[in-house]
Amino acid sequence: MEIFNNILIYFVIVPLLTLGGLALCHNRGIKAIRTVAVVGASVLMVLAVWLVSIFLQARGAGDTSEMILRSDVLWYAPLNIHLALGVDGISVVMILLSAFIVFAGVFASWKMNPLPKQFFMWFFLLSTGVVALIPMYLLIGVWGSGNKNYSAMKLTLMLMGGSAFLMLGLIGIYFHSAPEGQPLTMNILDIAHNDAIPHGWQNVLFPLTFVGFGVLGAMFPFHTWSPDGHASAPTAVSMLHAGVLMKLGGYGCFRIAIYLMPYAANELAWIFLLLTGFSIVYGALSACVQTDLKYINAYSSVSHCGMVLFAILMFNTTAMTGAVLQMLSHGLMTALFFALIGMIYGRTHTRDIRDMGGMMHIMPYLGVGYVIAGLASLGLPGLSGFAAEMTIFFGSFQHTDMFHRVLTIMATTSIVVTAVYILRVVAKLLFGEVQDEHHRTLTDASWEERLSTATLILAVAAIGCFPNFFINIISSSFEPVVKALQAALPML
Amino acid sequence: MNFNLDYSQILLMPQEIGLLVVFVLVFLYDTFMPERSKRYTALFSVIMMALYTIYCFCMPIVTGEAFGGMFESNTATWVTKNILNVGVVLVLLQAVKWTDSDFVSVRRGEFYELTLLTLFGMFLMVSARHFLLFVIGLETASLPIAALAAFEKRHYESHEAAAKYIFTAIFSSAIFLLGISFVYGLSGSLYFKDIATAIIGNHSALLIAALAFVIAGVGFKLSLVPFHLWTADVYQGSPTAVTSYLSVISKGAAAFSFLVILVQAFGAAYSQVWEWMLYALIVLTITLGNLFAIRQRNLKRFLAFSSISQAGYIMLGVIAVNVMGMTSMIYYVLVYIFSNLAAFGVIAAIERQTGRVTMDDYNGLFKTNPWLAFTMMLAMFSLGGIPPFAGFFSKFFIFVGACHQGSIAIYVLVLIALVNTIISLYYYLLVVKAMFLRQDDCVIPTIKSHWTERLGLILCVLGVIFIGLISCIYAYINGSVDAIGAMFSAIQ
Repeated sequence: MEIFNNILIYFVIVPLLTLGGLALCHNRGIKAIRTVAVVGASVLMVLAVWLVSIFLQARGAGDTSEMILRSDVLWYAPLNIHLALGVDGISVVMILLSAFIVFAGVFASWKMNPLPKQFFMWFFLLSTGVVALIPMYLLIGVWGSGNKNYSAMKLTLMLMGGSAFLMLGLIGIYFHSAPEGQPLTMNILDIAHNDAIPHGWQNVLFPLTFVGFGVLGAMFPFHTWSPDGHASAPTAVSMLHAGVLMKLGGYGCFRIAIYLMPYAANELAWIFLLLTGFSIVYGALSACVQTDLKYINAYSSVSHCGMVLFAILMFNTTAMTGAVLQMLSHGLMTALFFALIGMIYGRTHTRDIRDMGGMMHIMPYLGVGYVIAGLASLGLPGLSGFAAEMTIFFGSFQHTDMFHRVLTIMATTSIVVTAVYILRVVAKLLFGEVQDEHHRTLTDASWEERLSTATLILAVAAIGCFPNFFINIISSSFEPVVKALQAALPML
Repeated sequence: MNFNLDYSQILLMPQEIGLLVVFVLVFLYDTFMPERSKRYTALFSVIMMALYTIYCFCMPIVTGEAFGGMFESNTATWVTKNILNVGVVLVLLQAVKWTDSDFVSVRRGEFYELTLLTLFGMFLMVSARHFLLFVIGLETASLPIAALAAFEKRHYESHEAAAKYIFTAIFSSAIFLLGISFVYGLSGSLYFKDIATAIIGNHSALLIAALAFVIAGVGFKLSLVPFHLWTADVYQGSPTAVTSYLSVISKGAAAFSFLVILVQAFGAAYSQVWEWMLYALIVLTITLGNLFAIRQRNLKRFLAFSSISQAGYIMLGVIAVNVMGMTSMIYYVLVYIFSNLAAFGVIAAIERQTGRVTMDDYNGLFKTNPWLAFTMMLAMFSLGGIPPFAGFFSKFFIFVGACHQGSIAIYVLVLIALVNTIISLYYYLLVVKAMFLRQDDCVIPTIKSHWTERLGLILCVLGVIFIGLISCIYAYINGSVDAIGAMFSAIQ
């Protein structure tokens, strides 16, 4: 089959093979299970780096097509549905991101108990990204903590609700995908070129798809699954879900909602700008009053993911570049946060910052890691957050009208609030009084935990120091979308 | 029309003849074989039925009209009957061990003979193009089921179920017959095609009443709300093998013939009227079925309400009145057969050995019976319509088929159906939650299931996983429906 010549299909096949390998392991053969998981994650990592080099070569050779590595297999002939693969710059970096996080996640859940084999199997199933909801439900429900039954159900139902809106939106798009008399299609690029969706329908379908993806991207007021879900999920799952899957929401909004329906996007952007702007400030303020470490990080995610959608809705190349950088930056940073929180929780058995203190002396490695993640989150130059947020606000401010200006200024205040809640945690958790004498006996990170966090810290620093490398990869993806948006502008 | 009874016409119904041959063979085996061979009656019937099913798939499709147009065999009826055959093979396979149990084994043969007889009735329903033949099929299909429902003689509930079923069946037949007598009075014919031409331009209220009676009569069979009241009690009281038969096969046959009646007899003149009637029924069926399912603790009652709401989804394929809708409907029935039989197979295996059927009994099932729990989980996810299982594809196609009709009202209906999918996911997840997340002191012990049960479940699991991914199944059904696509051309 010709499709197996495409490297992209292996990002699904490798996790499935790993899953099969895990199934062959003995339930108690923890060494074999770990070996298989590490091999699987490493192969994914190598593939991702390889993909980046292929992509750069193709671009270097002057290939300016919207998507490269395209393969197309007719799947459901009666409906003209194809199994189509292809990557643009954004998906390349997203794949790289997920490979990093899967790699770090495997090491972060090194001592998983109980049922390590089943845990890793579901984890790799989740990492294919094709099958997301079921593994999420079981991973949270079985291996989670706290109010896990409630959280698992809430997360699954809300995400399914989002998909329901999305499905209706996609069906609507499908039936207007081509001009009268031509075969309908589900291929995104073809639909965009046909540009056949009537304006009235766009105004109905755009909110459906945007909200559908917005639920996944934790947009206010559809974000409530995120704090509960992430707080209850086991470490590696929070890492992968907050780090990668939530970003698919942003990518979907960009690639499907806005790209295919530029008219409605221009007309209705203000509603979603208000919502996402509110998300940014609301998430940050909520994080200030939480005392559970995971809730703090989850609300911080709401704020940062809001920023991704906010920037996408600014409809210019600069802001959109910032949005993708923010996806990367937040993905890595939040994964780092969740990994560290999981490690601290594994030692202290509490996540309440009121019960902890003085961790910097007790476990300096984890403490330093936490400070680095925090600094990235509040946008210190040299780390990923700065490059991303700077670009976003720079792009947002290019709009000269009052509405955009005021919103942008409001959104920038979140940077200050972020500093408040990050420094509050750092001060209390790392430098405060030791609350529990028992905590003095705890040990610092083990080698696999060091490896897991070091991978992520290096990646965060890499984006902060060499943002241009990533901007080069992603920048070419925005042109067609921005062009479509500008072409639709005069029709308003 | 040719009314001379030409015996060669019987050759136009090879599937019915084949089924009768299987029936006679099973009957002869059960009657004349020595006592010690009788315990193989069950296996004998399964093998004969399976061979016959394979034979039907392999032989060339016979098309044509027999008995002056009363009976029609075309590609769509052929494929539908094949699908029903597959379902019956699975049902019989899962029942093998049950018919070996103490009180049932003396009447083992009857179970298989009666089941094959009802299937024969359903074949007549599917192929009928004349109301009298349809009624004969309907009665042949209904009466043996009452006997089957009462099969567990020592159980009070089984008698109750049989009594409820027979009374409802009689009542619904009476209403249906009243309806067609009105139709006969107004059109002077009982042929679907003659009725269609005779009632054009006739807007009498009596005809609308007749239409309502016909819909109500078949609605009882399909257990559409508000004609569903018998469903839960009968499903709960009947032996599980009978319940699974009732929930998938009987529903599939009724749905197909319902579509044929509505389109062929009432399509040309009255499509507006019955579409609105059906619209209301679908909304009620999906919503109420779902809401009642949430409250159920007995799994058989639970699946009864779930099957009520699934019937609503199947009706979406009828209201679409186009080739894609009809294809999706048959496809939906196929997927539903596999998903539902997987669920009932697990329930039957557990009930046979422990007698426990409530949801609380399933707490912690994953620990003791991981494969049964896994199968049940797949069945629940498929019924809930989660990708990448077959249930997702069938739901997606039935929505696409409905939306293909294009009116805004249908989009609203699909939206209602989608919202209901989320509700249904909630209660399907309750079962998963019980099995995987809950703990219990008196967990169901590890069950050693019989190889026939296991084979049946494996086939169902394979179906649930692969039917959606293998697109040629949909294409096969689509091709068969396309060949008779002309029947939709008369719809206004």
